[in-house]
Amino acid sequence: MDAQAHGAPIEAQVDQWRRYVARRRAIAPSDVDEMEDHLRAQVDDLRETGLDDDEAFLVAVKRMGRLDEVSREFAREHSERLWKQLVLVPEGDLGTERTGPRWRELGVVLALALGAGLTVKGGIAVLGPDSMALLRNSSLLVLPFLGAYFAWKRRLPVRGVVVLVAVFALLAVVLNGFPFVPGGSTEVLAALHAPVVLWVLVGVAYVGGRWRSHDGRMDFVRFTGELVVYYALLALGGGVLTVLAGALFALVGTDLEPVLEAWIFPLCVPGALIVAAWLVEAKKDVVENIAPVLTRVFTPLTILLLVSVLPLLAGAGGLTDVDRELLILMDAILVLVLCLLLYSISARDPLAPPGLFDVLQVVLVVAAIVVDGVMLAAMLTRIAEFGVSPNKVAALGLNLVLFAHLLRAAWLGLGFVRRRVPFGAVERWQTGYLPAYGLWAAVVVVAFPLVFRFV
Amino acid sequence: MGVHVHVDKDLVAASATPLVLGILADGESYGYAIAKRVSDLSGGRLQWTDGMLYPLLHRLERNGLVEASWGSSSTGRRRKHYAITAAGRAALVERRRQWDVVADALQEVWRDLRTVEVPSPAVEGWA
Repeated sequence: MDAQAHGAPIEAQVDQWRRYVARRRAIAPSDVDEMEDHLRAQVDDLRETGLDDDEAFLVAVKRMGRLDEVSREFAREHSERLWKQLVLVPEGDLGTERTGPRWRELGVVLALALGAGLTVKGGIAVLGPDSMALLRNSSLLVLPFLGAYFAWKRRLPVRGVVVLVAVFALLAVVLNGFPFVPGGSTEVLAALHAPVVLWVLVGVAYVGGRWRSHDGRMDFVRFTGELVVYYALLALGGGVLTVLAGALFALVGTDLEPVLEAWIFPLCVPGALIVAAWLVEAKKDVVENIAPVLTRVFTPLTILLLVSVLPLLAGAGGLTDVDRELLILMDAILVLVLCLLLYSISARDPLAPPGLFDVLQVVLVVAAIVVDGVMLAAMLTRIAEFGVSPNKVAALGLNLVLFAHLLRAAWLGLGFVRRRVPFGAVERWQTGYLPAYGLWAAVVVVAFPLVFRFV
Repeated sequence: MGVHVHVDKDLVAASATPLVLGILADGESYGYAIAKRVSDLSGGRLQWTDGMLYPLLHRLERNGLVEASWGSSSTGRRRKHYAITAAGRAALVERRRQWDVVADALQEVWRDLRTVEVPSPAVEGWA
């Protein structure tokens, strides 16, 4: 028929129209299909009255109405479409034949979450509820399940699994085999740094063994940020539910607290981590990442904090008074600055030209470096005066690792803002440096006890 | 007067539901055919903004007044067909009652007007 003769130009126009309409979030693809059918029928009828293709198309589009108004009408009818929906269990195309694989992931996740919970419960029973041994082992009890989830999900090759299990076993032996002096600081330090080492292992599982890949590392950074946000939200929800449940049980004269402490917390706190990881995986393409949004809010505020603290530090005069606590506090601030930097980089369009926010970031990093430089100088004189302790060396070491990271980041960031350095270099420095933290943590866990004789 | 009467937007919106339901009460149909039928029924004087028809159809579908199913046109395009439901027929009866009340009242008003002043030719176009 004559559609064939006029085919191509009309097709191109309809395609363009489709794309234009499909950009409206309130209008679903099936609605576009429906309207396209209308449009084509209209075009056909108009052509029969003697209009040529272009005229027919223009009249048909005009009769469709102004897209803004139509879209608003769709939005009024389908307001849920303006909120991206998270589908946890994806629908099969047709019928219910695919229910097996669909539910398998949920099953694996729940089994691993339960496994983590029961392992913690068992750990508490064996090691004692408030013991140092439990603190030392807490990450060993939980994170392997997270690693297992990603090893399963990413089909990690056997070789990778073997390496991960071996490192994990080594860590377990070190943490439990070393003759730590009770109440000594190397034990606390090892307990605090072990999760970082394990987190690196989780990262290797997360990227499916491609640990050299910069993109993979950046994905893991994004995952970590979203996981923190989701875990906090789950904890908040769980807290509300717990309070409500406690109040309800109190009404009937039952005290929920023993059950909470004995079962619900040990099972739910670790289990929620696995569930949070699964949520992050499931919603990756659906919801805007939250961590980068938070960085936009907190970058200017952190600059204010740093700038206001600097004159106080300088004015206080007695910088020899800075002690370990202040150094740890400074480490925390630098970690915050680093997170702000990392997460805005992770969400930045690599092709966009440098803008105001990039300048703000450089200001943030430079301010952090200046504040840290003052502290570091003070700390070094102090160590020279009073000698070393494991805690001081650990805090100082982390500070130096962070300092080097930020220094180079500031340099590259400045180059980027002045359009001398491509954004790729800024990104690669961040992801390239990340293993340094794992290595430093490993040093603190393994070498510190040996060097400081387990004190 | 000319063929084209500009019908007020609110009036179009108010009459759209009974028109669509009434057309579907005659048998299953689809968007373009409904719009065309409305145009024919009004002698081309009632022109809808075509895009607005679909949110309306979806609203009727969500409220259970019509049922939709995907089929295809004679040329093989995907096409969504609508059919009226029992609830839709009931709603149509109710709407008709309401419109009868309005139309009767208006009829009275027009008649009273006729006794006061001579009807202009333009008003005849409405009848």
